[in-house]
Amino acid sequence: MAGNLRFRNPELAQSIAAKINVTTPKKGKIKICHVCGTHEWTIAHFGLRSLLPENVEVIAGPGCPVCIVPAAEIDEAVELAKQGKVITCFGDVLRVPGSQSSLLETKAAGADVRIVYAVTDAVEMARREPQKEFVFHAVGFETTAPITALEVLGDLPKNFSFLTSHRLIPPAMELLLGVGDLEINGFIAPGHVSAIIGLKPYELFTRVYRMPTVVAGFEPNDVLMAIYMIVKQVSEGDSKLENEYSRIVKPEGNPKALEVLNKAFNITAGNWRGIGRLPDSAYQLRPKFAQFDAREKFGVHIKEGKDILLGCECHLVIIGKIKPKECPMFMKACTPAKPVGACMVSSEGTCRVWAKNVATQN
Amino acid sequence: MCLAIPAKVMSLDGDKARVDFGEKVLREVNVSLVDAKVGDYVLVHAGYAIQLVEEKEALETLQLWKDLLVAGE
Repeated sequence: MAGNLRFRNPELAQSIAAKINVTTPKKGKIKICHVCGTHEWTIAHFGLRSLLPENVEVIAGPGCPVCIVPAAEIDEAVELAKQGKVITCFGDVLRVPGSQSSLLETKAAGADVRIVYAVTDAVEMARREPQKEFVFHAVGFETTAPITALEVLGDLPKNFSFLTSHRLIPPAMELLLGVGDLEINGFIAPGHVSAIIGLKPYELFTRVYRMPTVVAGFEPNDVLMAIYMIVKQVSEGDSKLENEYSRIVKPEGNPKALEVLNKAFNITAGNWRGIGRLPDSAYQLRPKFAQFDAREKFGVHIKEGKDILLGCECHLVIIGKIKPKECPMFMKACTPAKPVGACMVSSEGTCRVWAKNVATQN
Repeated sequence: MCLAIPAKVMSLDGDKARVDFGEKVLREVNVSLVDAKVGDYVLVHAGYAIQLVEEKEALETLQLWKDLLVAGE
C-alpha cells in the first residue's frame, strides 16, 4: 500500500506549489471554494495558503455539517431530551447552540444526553435499556447519511428512533454560485461525499455554470494538486470536472450506499443555519419508516429557531463571504473554550479550524 | 464529520470485519456498503466502511504527480 506519507511529501508539495505559481495568470484573481471542513483543516494545518500566489485565494464554503444544522432542529433534540428521551449524538453536536440552549446545557440541567462514537453504540444502549426511549440525532452530509439509512433498513429495537439533520452538499454549492459578489472561479469538491455520490451530481457546475470542479482527497498534496488543476483550467479557459481522488472516488460513487439512501429517504427542502431554506437539500425518512422518525413518533416539529446571535457572523463565514478573523467576535467573545456561533463549536467549523491554527492563517 | 480513514481488512464475519488502522489493534467495522475481501483496504467513516481503497489507483496517482512534475521541469 502506498503509505500516506507519500501523499504528504514536502518536496513534492513545494514542486506542486511551484507549478501553481508558474501556471497562475499574473493578472486577475482566482477564487477557489471548497465545501468540506476536513479540506479546511488540511489547508490550515499544513499552511497551504502560504504556498499560493497572492492572486489565488481559497475560501471555505458550507462544509461543516454540524455548523449548518438549524437551531430549530437542535431545539427539537432539546425538546425530546426534556420529555425524558435519551438523546444520543456525536460529540460535535453537543455544544451546537439551539434557540435557547444546547444539548450540553440541557444535559447539565438534568436531561439524559449521551455522546457516542458510532450509531451502533446508541443502538446497543437502547437494547440494554428497553424501558427507555432512545433518539440518535443524526447529523452529516452524504458521507454519513447511508449509515442512518442502513440502520433504519436493518433490525432496530422498538425504543430507538432518529432525529435526522442530514443534508446534501450540491444544492449548497449551487447556492454559492448565486451569491453575486462571491465570484468563485472553481470548486474543490469534497472527496468523501463524492465517494458516495460519485461525479454525476457535479456535472451541473461545469455544464451550466462553466465552473472548473475538481474532486479532491485530504492529504496536503491532494489539495495542492486540486488547486493546480483548477488554476490550469482557469488559465486555459476550461471548465471540466476532474477527479484527483480516484483512489477512493469512482465515477458512479458507491451504488450500495446510494441504494440504501434511496430506500430510506425522500429528498426534500431543508433549512441550513445562516443560509436559509434550500430546495432538494435534506434527507427525510420515508413515511413507511415513521416509527423510526423521532419527529413523527413523538410529534415534535419545530419550524423556526434563532440561528444567529446578535454580533455573530457565522452566516457570512459559512458561505465564505468573510474570513473568521473578520468577525469582531473571533477569539474575543467567541473562542473554542466558549463558542458563540456554530462555526466555533464543531472541530470542522471554519472558525474553530482557524482558532486552532492561528499561526498559519495570517 | 466526513473524516474517513483507511484500514486493512484482517478478517470477515458477515457484515462485520476486523480491521487494522495501522495501530496493531483490531477494530470491528460494518462492511455491508462495500464488497471487501480479507487483505483489502477500506475507507472507514464512523464505524462503517464506505468505499474500497484502490491500491492501483493510489500508486497511479503518485506516479502521475511525479510524471507531471518531471514534465514541467
